[in-house]
Amino acid sequence: MTLPEVPRVVLVGNPNTGKTTLFNRLTGARGRVGNYPGITVERSVGRASLSVSTDTAAASECAIEDVPGCYSLASRSAEEQIAIDALLGRHDSVRPDLAVVVVDATNLERNLYLTLQVLELGRPTLVALNQMDALRGAGVEVDAAALSACLGVPVVPISAARAEGLDALRAAIAAQLVSPTLPPSDGWRWAPSDALRTDLDAVAAHLGDERPEGTSDSAARALALWALMSVDADDELEDVPAALRLAVLDVQRAARAAGRDLDAEAIAARYAFIDRHAPAFVRRPAVAPKAWSERVDTWLLHPVFGFVAFLAIMFTVFQALFAWSDPAIGLIEAAFAAVGGVARAQLPEGLATDFVVDGLIGGVGSVLVFLPQIVLLFTFIGVLEDTGYMARAAFLMDRVMNKIGLHGRAFVPLLSGYACAVPAIMATRTMERRRDRYLTMMVVPLMTCSARLPVYTLIIGALFPVGAWLGLPTQGLLMLGMYLFGTLMALIAAAVLGRTVLKGPRVPLILELPPFRRPHLGSLARLVSSRARVFLSEAGTVILAGSVVLWAILTFPRGSEEVTALEATRPQVEASSEGEAQAEALAALDAEIAGARLRNSLGGRIGHAIEPLIEPLGFDWKIGVGLLGAFAAREVFVSTMGVVYGVGADVDEESATLRERMKAERRADGRPVYTPLTGLSLLFFFALACQCVSTLAAIKRETAGWRWPLFTLAYMTALAWAVSFVTWQVGTALGA
Amino acid sequence: MSPPTLAELRPEQSGTVTRVGGERAFRRRLMELGLVPGTRVTLRKVAPLGDPLELEVRGARISIRRRDAASVELER
Repeated sequence: MTLPEVPRVVLVGNPNTGKTTLFNRLTGARGRVGNYPGITVERSVGRASLSVSTDTAAASECAIEDVPGCYSLASRSAEEQIAIDALLGRHDSVRPDLAVVVVDATNLERNLYLTLQVLELGRPTLVALNQMDALRGAGVEVDAAALSACLGVPVVPISAARAEGLDALRAAIAAQLVSPTLPPSDGWRWAPSDALRTDLDAVAAHLGDERPEGTSDSAARALALWALMSVDADDELEDVPAALRLAVLDVQRAARAAGRDLDAEAIAARYAFIDRHAPAFVRRPAVAPKAWSERVDTWLLHPVFGFVAFLAIMFTVFQALFAWSDPAIGLIEAAFAAVGGVARAQLPEGLATDFVVDGLIGGVGSVLVFLPQIVLLFTFIGVLEDTGYMARAAFLMDRVMNKIGLHGRAFVPLLSGYACAVPAIMATRTMERRRDRYLTMMVVPLMTCSARLPVYTLIIGALFPVGAWLGLPTQGLLMLGMYLFGTLMALIAAAVLGRTVLKGPRVPLILELPPFRRPHLGSLARLVSSRARVFLSEAGTVILAGSVVLWAILTFPRGSEEVTALEATRPQVEASSEGEAQAEALAALDAEIAGARLRNSLGGRIGHAIEPLIEPLGFDWKIGVGLLGAFAAREVFVSTMGVVYGVGADVDEESATLRERMKAERRADGRPVYTPLTGLSLLFFFALACQCVSTLAAIKRETAGWRWPLFTLAYMTALAWAVSFVTWQVGTALGA
Repeated sequence: MSPPTLAELRPEQSGTVTRVGGERAFRRRLMELGLVPGTRVTLRKVAPLGDPLELEVRGARISIRRRDAASVELER
C-alpha cells in the first residue's frame, strides 16, 4: 500500500462533502482500496497526475489518500483517530507533504470548524472549496479570495461532481508541493484564552514521542488540544502515551474543579472566529429560497407517504437480491458445473481429479456465486447513501430499531440477510460505531437466507403431509412460519446481545440529513468494485479454504471394508443384466459405494462421534454428516443426504427418491427416523445454527479477527441445540 | 422553573442555545456540529413515529433523539 518517491497528499473533510468524488476525479481509475491496520475502515490510496502546466519545477505526480470523512479531528476511538494520524503521519501512516481540506461551500461554517483544526497543526494545507455549483442554486455567494485571506492558505473553488476547477486545483497542489504556503508562522487563527493556553502548555510538556523533532510550540499546543479533547477515562484510543494520558486527566480534573468546561471553551472559540469572519467571505440572501431537497423531504418523511416510499424502496432492494441476482447466480453455477464436467472428462479418473473438480473448482464457484448479490446490494447502498436517502431511512426507522437496540441503519443489512448473510454482513459498514456494526453482524445470520430454502423445502416436503389448515396450505404456512421465526429470533437476539455481550454506554444518535444529491457514477462503480474485490481477496480465500477442508473431511479416508465388499459385487452386477437395466444397476451400485465412502470418511466418523450430542434432538449420525456437509453452504445438506443414503449427489430438494428414502429410514428400534417431530427439530436447528463457513468468513473479515466469528458460531449453535432439544424432548413426552 | 429545552420546541419554532448538557462525547459532537451556546436552532420536523427530531443549525440538518434534545437548554 505504500507508494514511495512521490509527494503525499491527504484529502480530509466532513462526510458528504464530495471528498470521495474528488478523490476519484483526481486519481482516475488508479485508486486502490485497502484497510487501516487493525480496524476495518477502508483506506483509499491512489496516484494523481498534476502536470497541467509545462512548469518542470512543479511536481508532476503525487500519491493521494482519501481519509474517511469526519466532523472533527477530536476522537474517541481508533476509527476516529485515523484522520489525525493520517495528517500527522503518526502510527502506521507516512507523514503527508500536503493536506487538502475539502470544504462543502453550501455548509461553510461547519466545514470551516474542521479546517481550523487542520490549520492548527501547522502543516502545509490547501482548501478545496467544493459544491460551488450547488451554491448558485441556493443564491449564496462565497468569496474564495476573502476566505483565503482569512485562513492564510490558498482556497480553490471547484465542483467535483461537475469536474469544474480541477485543473486549477491540480496546479495549486503542484505549486504547494514545491513551495508550501505554510500557515503564516503559526497555524492558529484564533487565540486561546490565557487559562486555556496554560492548560495546553501543561499537557504539551508531556507529549513525549508524540511531539516529533522540529515541531513548533504552536503545533505542539495543537497536539495538546487534540489530546485534551479526545482523551477520556473510557476512550478507545490507541497509542496514547501513559504520561500524556495522565497529564490530560489531571488538567481535565483541575478544570472541572474550577467550574470550567474545556471542550466548550475550545469549540466555542473556534466557532466565534468563524462567525466573526464569515461576513467577509459569505453572502446569503435575506430570504433563502426553499430548496427542492426540502420539498422532496416533505414527501419522503411524510407520516404516510414516507413509509410507503420506504417500503417500496426496501422491497426493490429485497427483490433485487432475491430475484434479479438469480440469473447471474444460475449462470455462475452452470459455468462452474460445465468447467468441472470438462475437467472430469479430460483428467484421468481418480483422487486428484476429484480434488480439482469437487474441491477446487467447486470451491471457487462457491465463492464467486456470492458476487451477483454483493454487486447488486452495494449498487443500491451506494445510491441510497450518495443521494442522502439512507440517512432519511435511519431517521424514519430509528424509533423502532432503537427499541431493539439496533442502529437505524441496521435495517438494510437485516433485510439483505433474507437473501444472504454474506453481503448483509459487508453492508454493516454503513454504521459508524463498532458496537452497532458488531451487533448487527451477530444477528444477521438468523434471518432466513435463501440457502435455507432448499433445506426447508426438502424437510417440509418429505415429512409434513400436504393438507390445509383454516383453508390455507399447511406446507406453505410452515414455510412462512419459519421466516417469521427467523426474524423474531434475530430481533430477540439483538435485544439480548445488545444488553449483555455487546453492552455499551447508551450512545445518543447524531445523524446528519444531507441535502439530496445526484449520485456520481464513477464513485458508485468504484464502491461496488472495491467491495467485490475485498470480498474475493479476503473473505473469498477463507471460504475457498473452508470448502476444500470440508471436501477433504468428507472424502478421506477413501477405502473401507464396506467399500471393498461393494466393489467386489461389481462383476456380479455387470453379469446379472444387460443394456439399460445394467446401467441402472451400476449407477445404483456407484451411489451405494459413494454412500459407503462418505459413511466411512472422517466426516462420517465425526457424524458417529457427535451422535450422542445430537441424539437428544432426534437426529441420528447420518443427519450429523448432513449437518457437517451443510457448513460449506446450507443447501449442500440436500446433496449430502443424497450421498449418505446412497441415492447419489444429483438430488435436489424436490427429489422423490430422496424423500422416499428418508421416510423409509429406521432407527435401531425400528421406529422411523423421520417424523414430523424430527422435521420440526431439524427445521429449528437449521433456522438457528450458523451452518455456514462463508458467513463466518465474512464476519472474520469485517471484525478483523476470529473472536467474533467464533462467538457467533458458538452462540448460534447453542441456541439451535437448545431449541431443537426442547422441541424433540417436549414433543416426545407428549407422544408426537 | 427549569429552563426550556430543545425537546420542547414545536416544528418550525426556534431558540438560542444557552447550554449543552449530556454525556461528554455527545455534547462535544453536538457542539462541534455548531450547536454552541449563542447559536440559533430551529426544530424542522419530528419523525413520523415521534422520534427523532430534525434540527436546522447553521444551515445544516441534523437529527437527534428527543431524550438527548432535552439536555440542550434554550432561550426563546
